[in-house]
Amino acid sequence: MAPTGSRRSGYSRRAQYNLFTGYVIAGIGALIGAILLALSFFQPQLFGGVRGAAQGGLSPATETAATVRTGSKSVWENISGYYRAGSKNAQLKREMEIARIRLREAEAVKQENVRLKGLLDLHEAETKPVAVARLVGSSASSTRRFAYLGAGSDDGVAVGMPVRSPRGVVGRILEAGSSSSRVLLLTDTESVLPVRRAGDEVVAFAEGRGDGLLRIKLINLGINPLEPGDLFVTSGAGGYYRPGIAVAILTETTDDGGLARIVSDPAAADYVSVEQIYEPEAALGAETPIERELTD
Amino acid sequence: MERNDPRARTDAYGSRINRSHSNMLANAMPWASIMVASILPVFPIATALPVVPPLGLLMLLGWRLVRPGLLPVWAGLPLGLIDDLFSGQPFGFAMFVWSLIMLAIEVVEMRLPWRAFWQDWFTAGLLIVGYLFAGWLLSGAQPTIHSLVALVPQLVLTILLFPIAARFVAMLDRFRLTRWRAL
Repeated sequence: MAPTGSRRSGYSRRAQYNLFTGYVIAGIGALIGAILLALSFFQPQLFGGVRGAAQGGLSPATETAATVRTGSKSVWENISGYYRAGSKNAQLKREMEIARIRLREAEAVKQENVRLKGLLDLHEAETKPVAVARLVGSSASSTRRFAYLGAGSDDGVAVGMPVRSPRGVVGRILEAGSSSSRVLLLTDTESVLPVRRAGDEVVAFAEGRGDGLLRIKLINLGINPLEPGDLFVTSGAGGYYRPGIAVAILTETTDDGGLARIVSDPAAADYVSVEQIYEPEAALGAETPIERELTD
Repeated sequence: MERNDPRARTDAYGSRINRSHSNMLANAMPWASIMVASILPVFPIATALPVVPPLGLLMLLGWRLVRPGLLPVWAGLPLGLIDDLFSGQPFGFAMFVWSLIMLAIEVVEMRLPWRAFWQDWFTAGLLIVGYLFAGWLLSGAQPTIHSLVALVPQLVLTILLFPIAARFVAMLDRFRLTRWRAL
């Protein structure tokens, strides 16, 4: 491409000054950007309001796109369902019968659980979701893994609340705008979740690796008892998540734990629900720095 | 004359008689297209990897390299502000890096006034590598080797998409200068 000549200001003072001012403003722009970047490193929530407002302004478009996304997905599922429908149907019927029996058994166990808890004088309130909404978008071009939720502080959503789909944990609310909020997904590198192996008491941390996998780090080191295929559920430690929600399935073992895949892919979930923080006091205690004393 | 050739008084931008460009469209097109491209990556839900290329940056590079002289040097500041609102990077990142990118292209243009398209592609490729690497380094999270490896598909895709972005910018540019307005 030939040079445009816009840089040749000639003898015109005005053109020379315009050109010079352009460079100065560009330099100042870089400086302003660097200062804001440094500020948002130390105070990540500082610009949450602006971002929330921007997301809220975009919500008619993102809500429509989310509706179309979930709608088109179910069309595809309907079509693929016809493939070998007969044998699938028979198999599903068999599984359904077994599942019905197991469900009744689980109800009996639940009943017994309630009775035993009553004996121990433990009270557990039934948790109702704060809000049920669609995931309307995500930070698809950034290294960070955030999703945007179509419900905000107007619906009662607050920072720290766990987000789950019918399959399992999705993430945690990071910023809440008035009508939309930002969710820190499990796969983000900043996400750490206390988990335990379903079935026994092997406790670990599930950390996002930033490439779609979770790293399971065992708390008690020694002989690694994990095996590929193990299911991990939330342990309830830390106070944010209710215990017993499915998180990840182990695919590979390493020295200090293993690598796991998330159970509930947010891209596949139609609706997700935001729940109350499980134990707000414990969550507050976990967030308070060690130097500061907790007062009641 | 019209009877012999109906397109005698038209060129690529439409009729040359009695028609003129729309000033608003001609001025707003580069800015509006970059802003829209900044917003587009919000729509897909990517949970595992950053798969969608930074479309706002691609359009910025496209307009700056395909059509030099349209965007002022300081365009990185306001356009970066819009990108920061939607990209998921810490606030100020795009303002900072986009301003530096505009200055860098200015320097390249001063050094190499005559360039072919592949040279522009090379410049854009280097800047995209720098941008994504800086994005990994300054994402606000601990930069891990795994998230760096996860960047590679996005990086390759973005570099390969630049020629398409450049053609798209050229198309928008023709659209921008079409004579819509009846005098």
